[in-house]
Amino acid sequence: MLGVIRHKALSGGVVSSLANGQSMQRIIPGIGFLSKSFSSGAKEMTVREALNSALDEEMSADPKVFLMGEEVGEYQGAYKISKGLLEKYGPERVLDTPITEAGFTGIGIGAAYYGLRPVVEFMTFNFSMQAIDHIINSAAKSNYMSAGQLSVPMVFRGPNGAAAGVGAQHSQCYASWYASCPGLKVLSPYSSEDARGLLKAAIRDPDPVVFLENELLYGESFPVSAEALDSSFTLPIGKAKIEREGKHVTITAFSKMVGYALKAADILSKEGISAEVINLRSIRPLDRNTINASVRKTNRLVTVEEGFPQHGVGAEICTSVIEESFEYLDAPVERIAGADVPMPYAANLERMAVPQIEDIVRAAKRACYRSVPMAAAA
Amino acid sequence: MSAFSALKIQPPQLHGLNSKKFAEKSPSCLKTISNPFLGSIQRIPNLRRRRGVSDLPRAASPSTIVAISELVKEKTSKSAASGLLITREEGLELYEDMILGRSFEDMCAQMYYRGKMFGFVHLYNGQEAVSTGFIKLLTQSDSVVSTYRDHVHSLSKGVSARSVMSELFGKTTGCCRGQGGSMHMFSKEHNVLGGFAFIGEGIPVATGAAFSSKYRREVLKEECDDVTLAFFGDGTCNNGQFFECLNMAALWKLPIVFVVENNLWAIGMSHLRATSDPEIWKKGPAFGMPGIHVDGMDVLKVREVAKEAIGRARRGEGPTLVECETYRFRGHSLADPDELRDPAEKAHYAARDPIMALKKYIIENNLANESELKVIEKKIDEIVEEAVEFADKSPLPPRSQLLENVFADPKGFGIGPDGRYRCEDPGFTEGTAQV
Repeated sequence: MLGVIRHKALSGGVVSSLANGQSMQRIIPGIGFLSKSFSSGAKEMTVREALNSALDEEMSADPKVFLMGEEVGEYQGAYKISKGLLEKYGPERVLDTPITEAGFTGIGIGAAYYGLRPVVEFMTFNFSMQAIDHIINSAAKSNYMSAGQLSVPMVFRGPNGAAAGVGAQHSQCYASWYASCPGLKVLSPYSSEDARGLLKAAIRDPDPVVFLENELLYGESFPVSAEALDSSFTLPIGKAKIEREGKHVTITAFSKMVGYALKAADILSKEGISAEVINLRSIRPLDRNTINASVRKTNRLVTVEEGFPQHGVGAEICTSVIEESFEYLDAPVERIAGADVPMPYAANLERMAVPQIEDIVRAAKRACYRSVPMAAAA
Repeated sequence: MSAFSALKIQPPQLHGLNSKKFAEKSPSCLKTISNPFLGSIQRIPNLRRRRGVSDLPRAASPSTIVAISELVKEKTSKSAASGLLITREEGLELYEDMILGRSFEDMCAQMYYRGKMFGFVHLYNGQEAVSTGFIKLLTQSDSVVSTYRDHVHSLSKGVSARSVMSELFGKTTGCCRGQGGSMHMFSKEHNVLGGFAFIGEGIPVATGAAFSSKYRREVLKEECDDVTLAFFGDGTCNNGQFFECLNMAALWKLPIVFVVENNLWAIGMSHLRATSDPEIWKKGPAFGMPGIHVDGMDVLKVREVAKEAIGRARRGEGPTLVECETYRFRGHSLADPDELRDPAEKAHYAARDPIMALKKYIIENNLANESELKVIEKKIDEIVEEAVEFADKSPLPPRSQLLENVFADPKGFGIGPDGRYRCEDPGFTEGTAQV
């Protein structure tokens, strides 16, 4: 069984780190937070640079790709992701739009009907709610409603989830909302390599892709292999990555929570619990095989996400595991999500409303029956 | 400032209006674009020349009222000639309010750089004339709806500096108990209905508040002539929600005034690059309401226009669209490096600082002297410093506050595993952040 999974994972192209063998596995958890260079000559790249380089390469490879959004041109991008692109490609391909999300998203979809490949940037995904009618009703459903005549090869990208102290209307995580809609693909990268590979795959994909980045990860540096720097590098959509192998409990996460899960795994390993951390990468389609295979190996599952708990990503993963691997579970699935409240502004309340590393550690221990049950925790 | 400048015909700035050509040039072409706004009341006449119609606004709306720029201009210059626009008390009140707004925002910047404030903070420096000019004419029961640049609107409306500052620090004594933050200032007592992060979001809400005022008067037969003011910026005027609300407000004659704070910039996007027809006041007559353009750096002019507009609304004559040409001295937010704006443009507007202008008017017309104004400034300094101290000493919200106020009826949290409502469980208020 394990051999089959390895094979699947390898053939899926999640190779670069696994292929280097176990040594890389040990080092990976700490990688995002150290800026050492490794003897393998791995280059370091921030997520911002990764996204910028991916956009740059795709725009130069295909003249049909264009970028549209608020402040993407002269301002160099609200978070500087599209830095330098206006100078390179000109205002016809890097469009500064007025503040009309519904309008310019609709325009992007119309352009995509005729074969252009827009990349629509939302300053944050919270603003995509002004355009959500177009994302769901025009983009996601068009191919179906037209029986395959009109496809929408576009990418909606932008930061998702909580930043720091930005209040209730700027902090929602949209992974579960978009992932529940058939016709959309939803991706959420963690490291720079994820960002590069998945964005390139998204731009080349013939379907609408919702690409959920994270503002706090933009400045973080990760090492990238030489293969990832190649301009034809893409990652497959629908494959999760096992960031860290383990035997006792599986922890699934995406985006920023992968970093937290890896740190939690470090803490747990000191207490003798070896946690397997899965970076989902793709929320729709969800890589149920990898998750189930991992659960069948470890028999315990903790899902971590930043968004609201009800109908969240964790709920879907839990159901998938119960449907397919029920006999393998030794403990109830632990689900960690943000607090069931709109994001408060005060700094201490905000910290309480988002999962922290201690929460993941506690949940993993509960799943391993190593601590007190779930009552009110101080 | 006390007299209107004569109508200035600007040389054609066609290349500035064609956004495509504009973007191909270097940012130095921004210098030419800022010219049309140099002290003029009438805007970009070459637009009219291009269309070949010299009186476009009249043609656009065959109904009763069209752009009243000329009307207001006449009226104000008449009264300026005969007497003063304000009494001494009014002058001092306006001055105090503008100084409060300015000092408060400056203090916010200081506190942000010291790390006491965090997240997104959008400051109002330079635009005080609009807030003071309009809001000081309102009663307690009139409502104000704003955007994320809402500190000064709240202060003008009467929310105390202490509670706004505590809210910004995220303390439990803030006007929203630390749960809202800089962009979400709400006060039921003073009828400040927020504080919305999304532009255009506040406009339908304001329209609804105006609707409720009309409803109370006509259906519930209460005595109600409350007016609502909706403040928003130039970027919002391209957004669909704005147009939808202009239509409905005019259709139902709602007691609302739409105040556009046109500061020419939306983060780094110039209004001219984003808008096909940059003259926002013209969008009013297209929907059947008067559209007025006023110099937003002059609090007295704003106040005159506001009196008209608010009076109209109170009498039940319907909505008005007022475009205030103003400018923000700082960047869009404290995280904005503000590199795209031309320094010459900034210097030009700094010279038209509304506070300096009002000070000059007051002193020249002998409404007060220098030392009395200094007394006011000192008083405001003390208020702001005291607000900071109060906010510093206030406690952070307790853990139990995390789950409060999600619902008005906390039974919305459902029934817990033990069969009782979750909210009745004492452990609930201790908060379980993992779910």
